[in-house]
Amino acid sequence: MIAGVLLAQTIAIIGGTVYPVSGPKLEHATVLIRDGRIAAVGTGVSVPADAVRIDATGAWVTPGLIDGAGQMGLTEIAAVPGTNDAGVKNDTVAAAFNVAEGINPASTLIPITRIEGITTTLAVPESGLVRGQAVLIDLDGPTVEAMLVKSPAAMVAELSEHTKEAGGGSRAGAAARLRQVLDDALEYGRRKADWARAQIHPLAAAAPDLAALQPVLRGELPLIVIANRRSDIETALRIAREYRLKLVLAGAGEAWEIAPAIARAGVPVLVEPLDNIPSYDALGIRYENAALLAKGGVTIALLETDTHNARNLRQQAGNAVSYGLTWDQALRAVTLSPAEIFGVAGRYGSLEPGKVANVVVWSGDPFEFSTRVAHVLIRGREIPLRSRQTELLERYRTLPPTY
Amino acid sequence: MTPFVALLAAACASAGSRPAPAGAPAPASDATSRRAAAETSSVNRPQYPSTYVRHPSPPVLITNATIMTATGKEIPRASILISEGRIVALGADLGVSIPADAIRVDGTGKFVTPGIIDVHSHLGVYAAPGTEAEADGNEMTSPVTAEVWAEHSFWPQDPQIPLAIAGGVTTIEALPGSGNLIGGRSAVLKLIPARTVQAMKFPGARYGLKMACGENPKRVYGRRSQFPSTRMGNMAGYRGAFILAEQYRRKWDKWNEDHRGDPPERNLRLETLAEALRGNVYVQNHCYRADEMAQMLDLAREFGFTIRAFHHAVEAYKVADLLAQAGTAAVVWADWYGFKEEAMDGIHENAALLEQAGARVTLHSDDPGGIQRLNQEAAKAMYAGQRAGIAITRDQALRWLTANPAWVLGLDSLIGTLEPGKMADVVLWSGDPFSVYTKTLQVYNDGRLIYDRGDPAHQPRSDFELGQEPPPGGDR
Repeated sequence: MIAGVLLAQTIAIIGGTVYPVSGPKLEHATVLIRDGRIAAVGTGVSVPADAVRIDATGAWVTPGLIDGAGQMGLTEIAAVPGTNDAGVKNDTVAAAFNVAEGINPASTLIPITRIEGITTTLAVPESGLVRGQAVLIDLDGPTVEAMLVKSPAAMVAELSEHTKEAGGGSRAGAAARLRQVLDDALEYGRRKADWARAQIHPLAAAAPDLAALQPVLRGELPLIVIANRRSDIETALRIAREYRLKLVLAGAGEAWEIAPAIARAGVPVLVEPLDNIPSYDALGIRYENAALLAKGGVTIALLETDTHNARNLRQQAGNAVSYGLTWDQALRAVTLSPAEIFGVAGRYGSLEPGKVANVVVWSGDPFEFSTRVAHVLIRGREIPLRSRQTELLERYRTLPPTY
Repeated sequence: MTPFVALLAAACASAGSRPAPAGAPAPASDATSRRAAAETSSVNRPQYPSTYVRHPSPPVLITNATIMTATGKEIPRASILISEGRIVALGADLGVSIPADAIRVDGTGKFVTPGIIDVHSHLGVYAAPGTEAEADGNEMTSPVTAEVWAEHSFWPQDPQIPLAIAGGVTTIEALPGSGNLIGGRSAVLKLIPARTVQAMKFPGARYGLKMACGENPKRVYGRRSQFPSTRMGNMAGYRGAFILAEQYRRKWDKWNEDHRGDPPERNLRLETLAEALRGNVYVQNHCYRADEMAQMLDLAREFGFTIRAFHHAVEAYKVADLLAQAGTAAVVWADWYGFKEEAMDGIHENAALLEQAGARVTLHSDDPGGIQRLNQEAAKAMYAGQRAGIAITRDQALRWLTANPAWVLGLDSLIGTLEPGKMADVVLWSGDPFSVYTKTLQVYNDGRLIYDRGDPAHQPRSDFELGQEPPPGGDR
């Protein structure tokens, strides 16, 4: 997976306060990185003579932050359709649609985002009852292959006011439609040969979509269900129970109202903390959602859903703390918890030997506005702290500009 | 842009469903005049006057707090006394006697600032729950609709209003959208729970006139194969409207002078535009691109009015010197960019570069979420500037939310700073307002405790929420 690393290199981040997330923080500790992986973390790590040294004295060192939302690489300018590749139209069941080949590694949003400490994002398909497959990417690399962390990382569906048309205009209809698709996917899985000979009843979705749902039905691939109204969340829980799916709830504006039920089902929730504007899809939406879910024993990951400002994941996390999450919970919810939810915790989400070296050195608390990003490493490569926006700043720092 | 929730953060700015205005100039001292602009217009009759009255409240003394005045001072261990809607005294030593009935609030470890002013909001005109039935902000049936007034759309039971109050906002300008070249009059409002918009109207505040540059109007009408469909069409549209307004103004000014013959025919659209030409209505101009701001400054010169502020202004930093010279404020975000082509070049340092060039900077929300944490937007913009080596002070950053937006509305002699005699719009914060961990504790509007995080009796809820949304800390 470390295709982007061309040179064998050893880097030592020395003297900082290290937050491994998997364990307690370490003062004056060293993070040793070799060939794109973390080689050692601790206070007694010996630094090889040939290591490139990064002085982190007085700084904070954390894993790179993971945003489990947005369309990074799939959108450049929201209002310019030619630059948007996140959704397939006129297909309410698009399970076979994987966004990966729509990702543009040259997107200007990628440097803008990563230089503020977000190193990994989920690229989420848009629109449809079953939207398609989301992929997890690192924000560095010349090709999609080089960026991919996991593909698919999850199947994405939505049960809300936006998808009930897929069920004829009723939420109950949408739920029934989803069950028909899952039933027919099971049938298709069992009777592929019959399908090939056209000896099977008409199916509720195209064969490639039913095929793509097989890992979901085997409980291998998580099914992210976007649902905000409590009753829609309960429908998602019910369907997951019926089909023994590995469910992940997203959005989940009213999830706090039924935190114990979600915890009992062992279902994690992707939640955007700064979401509190009521709509008929989520009249009970409130800032305390993340904290109340965590208090109820639910595993949460925090989101910034605005792709252009995915960098504000830090602000989201800080506000989640203001509204009741502990600081440690918030850091975990933007690092190790999303890694677990997307099935990559063996490689991502904490500073531990063997893990991919996505590391950020901050001047202070990563959630504070006063904090500056000092160093960003993705897969062990130190990222230049430049973007289209820093270039605009330099051009117009003094007026008139020099063209 | 926002896959998981129904409401798009940037819906207004990107979709053009909610626009921004621009303002005509007038010296700040005019704000001391309590005459409403509408009452000075062509027709001599009351027009939807403010019925706002100050709520009787006991005096309040906040002690031992850090007081940020927005006049250059940050005073540790200081007190502030408010009474009868006014700031009586503030400082380490008040030097006045404390009324016996004053409510004492311990401000130890806490901060006090002026109330926040958002000069670009669509609260009430694009109310939650965000349905078509509540979309009342954009009269997109003609590119020039100077005749519409935002207050005639404003719904005081918008459940977003209590949320914004809890964010420390005490005054807003609610604007028509940006789908039109000239979208109509704004409403300047005290942000308080009320049955009618008249009861919220800031007494004496001048109206704003919303104008919009760029993509939105040309897209809205271009897609219908109507005028305007280009930026040159936009410019021709403004010029055509102001040519008619000049003639109208001349006729009425003459008749008002000599009262000879019948009064000229009344035209609501031209009446508002004539008021902008007279300087009685502030032009508040939604405009993203630097080159278009320069065009609009020329337009204003052609017709002899002033643009009070460019709103959104993501490229203002490219022409910061021109804005400083023209005396036109820049009303900007901390970090929005990229939701449409004309927003591509937004940078974090926009506000700081403008401040450095001597332009008047204001932060705005244009968003029901962002309005709840404008202090955080100021923090982002301030620290981005400092990181870039631009020496922005905490007081300057606070003025982006208070004194400067007060000027944009022409109300800077009344609100926007903590000084004796000013209206008691005061926010008590749990800590440094530029920290992500700080929240409002209390919000006073005209001396009235309008929000108290610790007391459900002072947590206003709209009618909409009753029986529908669980109360704070509550259950269904």
